Amino acid sequence: MHRYSAFSLLRHALTGHRGWAPAWRDAEPKPHYDVVIVGGGGHGLATAYYLAKLHGIKNVAVLEKGWIGGGNTGRNTTIVRSNYLLPGNAHFYEHSLKLWEGLSQDLNFNVMFSQRGVINLIHSDRERDVLAGRYNAMRLNGIDAEVIDTKTLAKLVPSINLSPDIRFPIQGAVLQPRGGVARHDAVAWGYARAADALGVDIIQGCEVTGIVQDGSKVTGVETTRGTIGAGSVGLAVAGHTSHVAAMAGLTLPIETHLLQATVTEPVKPFFDTVVSSAPAHVYVSQTDKGEVLIGGHIDGYNSYSQRGTLPRIEDILASAVELFPRLSRLRLMRQWAGVMDMSMDGSPIISKTPVENFFINGGWCYGGFKATPGSGWVFAHTIAHNRPHPLNEAFHLDRFETGHVLDERGAGPKPQAH
Amino acid sequence: MLLIPCPHCGERPENEFSYGGDGTVERPTDPAAVSDADWHAYVYRRANPKGPHVEYWYHQFGCRSWFKVRRDTHTHEILPLEDETS
Amino acid sequence: MSQAFRLSEGGGIDRAQLVTFTFDGRRYQGYAGDTLASALLANGVRLVGRSFKYHRPRGVVGLGSEEPNALVRVGRGGRVTPNLRATQVPIEDGLVAESQNRWPTLDWDLGAINSRFARFLPAGFYYKTFMAPAAWWMTYEKVIRRMAGLGKPPEHEDPDAYEKRHAHVDILIAGGGPAGLAAALAAARNAKETGKRILVADENPAFGGSLLNGPAMIDGRPAAAWVEETVAALQALPNVTLLTRATVFGYYDHDFLTIAEHGTFGAARQRLWKVRAKKVILATGAIERPLAFADNDRPGVMLAGAVRGYLHRYGVRCGDTMAVLTNNDAAYACAAEAKAAGMAVAAIADLRAEPGADALTLAREAGIAVLPGHAVAGVSGTKAVQGVRLRKLNAAGDGFDGPAMRIACDLVAVSGGWTPAVHLHSQAKGKLDWDEDLAAFRPGRRFGANVSAGACNGTLDLAGCLAEGAAAAGGGIDLPATGSDLSGAPHMLWRIPAGRGAKRFVDLQNDVTTSDVALAAREGYRSVEHLKRYTTLGMGTDQGKTSNHHGLALLAGATDRAIPDVGTTTFRPPYTPVTVGLFAGRDKDAFAHPVRRTALHDWHVAQGAPMTDAGLWKRPQAYPRPGESLNDAIRREVLAVRDNVGLVDVTTLGKIDIQGPDAAELLNRMYINAWKKLPVGKGRYGLMLREDGMVWDDGVTMRLAEHHFLMTTTTANAAAVLQQMEFLLQTQWPDLKVFVNSVTEHWFAAAVSGPNARQLLNKLTTDIDMSNDAFPMMAIRQGTVAGLPARVLRISFSGELSYEVNVAADDGVALWQAVLDAGEELDLTVYGTEAMGVLRIEKGHVAGPELDGRTTADDLGLGRMVNANKDCIGKRSLDRPGLNETGRLQLVGLECDDADGRIPFGARIVAEHKDGAQDQLGHVTSIAQSPVLERSIALALVRDGRNRHGEHVYAASPTADGGKGAWARVRVTGPVFFDPEGERLHG
Repeated sequence: MHRYSAFSLLRHALTGHRGWAPAWRDAEPKPHYDVVIVGGGGHGLATAYYLAKLHGIKNVAVLEKGWIGGGNTGRNTTIVRSNYLLPGNAHFYEHSLKLWEGLSQDLNFNVMFSQRGVINLIHSDRERDVLAGRYNAMRLNGIDAEVIDTKTLAKLVPSINLSPDIRFPIQGAVLQPRGGVARHDAVAWGYARAADALGVDIIQGCEVTGIVQDGSKVTGVETTRGTIGAGSVGLAVAGHTSHVAAMAGLTLPIETHLLQATVTEPVKPFFDTVVSSAPAHVYVSQTDKGEVLIGGHIDGYNSYSQRGTLPRIEDILASAVELFPRLSRLRLMRQWAGVMDMSMDGSPIISKTPVENFFINGGWCYGGFKATPGSGWVFAHTIAHNRPHPLNEAFHLDRFETGHVLDERGAGPKPQAH
Repeated sequence: MLLIPCPHCGERPENEFSYGGDGTVERPTDPAAVSDADWHAYVYRRANPKGPHVEYWYHQFGCRSWFKVRRDTHTHEILPLEDETS
Repeated sequence: MSQAFRLSEGGGIDRAQLVTFTFDGRRYQGYAGDTLASALLANGVRLVGRSFKYHRPRGVVGLGSEEPNALVRVGRGGRVTPNLRATQVPIEDGLVAESQNRWPTLDWDLGAINSRFARFLPAGFYYKTFMAPAAWWMTYEKVIRRMAGLGKPPEHEDPDAYEKRHAHVDILIAGGGPAGLAAALAAARNAKETGKRILVADENPAFGGSLLNGPAMIDGRPAAAWVEETVAALQALPNVTLLTRATVFGYYDHDFLTIAEHGTFGAARQRLWKVRAKKVILATGAIERPLAFADNDRPGVMLAGAVRGYLHRYGVRCGDTMAVLTNNDAAYACAAEAKAAGMAVAAIADLRAEPGADALTLAREAGIAVLPGHAVAGVSGTKAVQGVRLRKLNAAGDGFDGPAMRIACDLVAVSGGWTPAVHLHSQAKGKLDWDEDLAAFRPGRRFGANVSAGACNGTLDLAGCLAEGAAAAGGGIDLPATGSDLSGAPHMLWRIPAGRGAKRFVDLQNDVTTSDVALAAREGYRSVEHLKRYTTLGMGTDQGKTSNHHGLALLAGATDRAIPDVGTTTFRPPYTPVTVGLFAGRDKDAFAHPVRRTALHDWHVAQGAPMTDAGLWKRPQAYPRPGESLNDAIRREVLAVRDNVGLVDVTTLGKIDIQGPDAAELLNRMYINAWKKLPVGKGRYGLMLREDGMVWDDGVTMRLAEHHFLMTTTTANAAAVLQQMEFLLQTQWPDLKVFVNSVTEHWFAAAVSGPNARQLLNKLTTDIDMSNDAFPMMAIRQGTVAGLPARVLRISFSGELSYEVNVAADDGVALWQAVLDAGEELDLTVYGTEAMGVLRIEKGHVAGPELDGRTTADDLGLGRMVNANKDCIGKRSLDRPGLNETGRLQLVGLECDDADGRIPFGARIVAEHKDGAQDQLGHVTSIAQSPVLERSIALALVRDGRNRHGEHVYAASPTADGGKGAWARVRVTGPVFFDPEGERLHG
């Protein structure tokens, strides 16, 4: 791998940048791999990278039906945080956040992880109790967490609306200073490049159409580019987990829903911190290009369409304008939707399955992007050792049957409520 | 904005409705008699197809009917319910 | 030198109305009907902006929404708006506009230094650097953010309002050019009998589209006259609505489209139309393509169609001397008309070796030199074009033959052919087909009730556009036409040869060059989406209208693929950027969400009670007396209830009326406890689970008659419980004969609580026997209270003798006043939600914070309520191992050791007094300062809590007090702090 650096940039400038090598090879599928990862998003690519780097398993293919990073990796609102209540979630997401903190250097690809802080607003006493409880839990799990008053909030986010006359006035906020945002596409590309350098085959335009089974054991996958044998198959196809798992005969505790997001035209940065509000169902950040990125709630009905819809966008933008009145005259530039695997308890599934050698990683709800490094890390461990790492033990597929659900919101088996 | 065909009120915009999920899921008539696996499947597991999907809708801000709709989850087309095949 | 480039006649502007405006502080004049772009061009202003990355000087390129360069910040104070396209801003007297992304001035921009380092800043350079040392990224980023963005955001709140409107139409026509107007005419004719509703929307200030850009004849009249007549005829029809400055920007599911209409609508600045259409005719035209030649971004390089448009629409010459670069016939008309209007045309360089015969004739008659097989090899001038070098292309088109001709000019009109505006077709999920003749995608298989007509369908000749438009609306009219054709198949040369180091821009706004596209392909970013994301091509505010197509063609070339194999990026709404406030509409400030008020709302407010939000409800927290603190008021109110009598508004609890012979059976199936034997006139506390076995809701349900029950739910779940009951009754248990109905709003409810509650009510009722024997605990009686028809329930949340009086909502104020009057001599105290909370915590009653969706009935100490002899929702899930193992969080009480201490809100339960990682035993759910126990108490969920009674632990809030933290040593107790035997409420 040719290392990227300011120096390499200077050197290549002298030859008109004609000497750069492809970031990853456009690999042809081999007949057999030790591990086949289905899905070339951040999670799949990270899994392949950690399999090769940490577990010495380098005969690995990542199969992507379209282009890498083209699913939810490329259509999320790029927020990274580890502000979880339940121990089963908290330690996993914190591990992921720690991986983020060294990711650009580890991958030698600038993923622009920017720890500008993530704020959740408090609008009522009840919300104060719940959020303070969660942030206290974080602190007692060794994770950075603060509860701040409106004075501190005004300093951190000068343009926020602290008027007492709005419908749900802001009383204060909680802050995770180490939270922030990252450049989503770069995560896929960076992992792809680093995995490729370790020998992983990244195969784009290769759609899995079937799972080959010998008895209760998976032995390979059928694809649009032929059958590929595999010692183990790992699924990392967020949004389509049910669809592909069904090929192995599994019916999962997952429904697929659309999450709407929008971005405004770029303007000079006027706030740095990520701001979210639960009752308003909105989160807002401003990118390094100056666009204001606004995400919201899911449409509320099963969908794989990936298309923007209007009703949610009206709600989301009304809420955004309420929090940031200055947004009103900016203009919306693009609108899109991500397809979310909404699990039945709002937490992910990273697990072995009843089918031998077949592993799934899905059910991320809204939380997939920030989990990318941690998810790949524990999934690689789970596949390599055929057992979960302590960090993803709680994400077992069996937990619904045994009653060990991880329900952060307490919303129960109603996917659209998480 | 979807147009949902309410059997009583006709096609109405989606924001008059609540969504009720997979319409093929039936509550066991005698829960005590079903296996743990079947009960678990009823509470948690969903086919979640990419394509035609029979689902419940509730005309919450209308006649309060609960009814089934068959809708393509990829294109959002509303399909005839009669075409429902096993 | 005012308006030196304005023609003495022609154009749709009103020369009688002078308009004065400023740009970057300088005063200019234009005419009513001008856009900011046309007025600046009329004044000879070429330099209007700086590019995003390199800060290259830029001028106006286009005529309308496709403009990539001329972005300006317009307005003053709260009405300042950044990133507006000068080509779409109508000028008005006093308009203030300024250029963007430059410092200190547009003419002398320090950021232009980036241009010097351009070779070190190729596409995606930031992915390869700024990584060392790791800790410095935040510093690097500060600098990057300083360079980011285009315009400065507004500094103030938006003073303007926005409106929304719904429309249901039979036919929506998007675009009012030749195809759209022909469609409207035909539709109107065909709807004469039926009166079908027709809506036509065009993004420009006037209808006509390309017909306004040049001379043509339709139906024997000049096109302009035809447009005028057609619009007048349509306007006269009651079933036709015409909108200008109205962009159809979104095509959503089930033929639902959105239009952003600009103008003034009462107090509103813009209007959002939400249109459900039975049929949609897309007539959105085509967008002219630029060409990628060296320094093609210099101010004065413009699209030929735009040059022509400025001439005919605004009477503006875009320069004195023009050179033309084209690959099709359309630009010839531009050249000929420009010359006729007094401009000099130095030459037409045509990439084609053999231009069309008609085009050549046109040029010859106009006396314009044509250079077939020639291209622009370079442009001189930086802040304005000063000349071009023209050279003959070699046969392959990848290099030049022969010497360069230097031509002095101040304008380069460019035409690279036309790309159909397929955006709405694609948003509707229609497919695209590659058309080799057009060198563009055109609509293929469509999805939804739409049809594309005219240039957006790839039909470029005028007669064809008119015919297609009419046919799309059912035909029946014939519109012969000549002239104004966009015809002429382009000869595509996606990359025109250039000297080393010369920049050929593909995306002008984001400064993406042909080399950047090549670099992306070289580095493996071969998907068109990767190209877009790696180079930022097409991601600017123009959304790639003039660049996307070129980018994917270059990518195809660089990766040896055919263009249709590369495909397009997804077209997403909106077609052009739409004001955020328009989506919010009136849903802002106090109107952002609805407010629910009880009948007593105004009275609570008049007492000065601080109101708190409970979901959408507003409720009074407490009623502090003058000079009294909130905490003192709460304490006083609690003690009044414990010692005497209090009155509280409890309207917000959900009430569901349940009637029918199977009502009791329904309750049996909904609640964990049994209902069939409940006598008429009595009530019972019920607990409801979700199907996963977790506690969902609770409340008292009363049997009013054999087949008639009144259920109360928590305030939060009122609607959801009704919805769930309706679901089960209609879909799972249709055999049950029961009707359910929400009656929350029908009733006003007040609770009278305290040892003297009976005494007080006895003064208010004559027909209800209030004695303990006649009216026991959990009974309901109907009669009159204060002369008002009432239901009285003997139930207690406070643990005291307590009656809940329900009267019709309209009688609420009268009841309340009567109770107050009667209570005066008893020293009745009104109390709020805070005192109510303290009273229930002292009694250990669970509420929302304890019912957090993760607790079972057993966790809450209510496991024995589960009736073993019947099924109910959620019961089957209760035997799962995870719900029965040791280590679950169980409800307990906590008492603060220190009588002056406070259990902090949001506290976690831990064994040690220290910050940082340690095992957490559970958490506090509700806290209260108990006046009875004279100390801070709490309800909490603690691991194996029932076995810990008597243990001492810490309630820890490390985040409290700005991070100083708060710890309280507490003793674990049972959850009922007060009167555990319930003697008081039965008394």
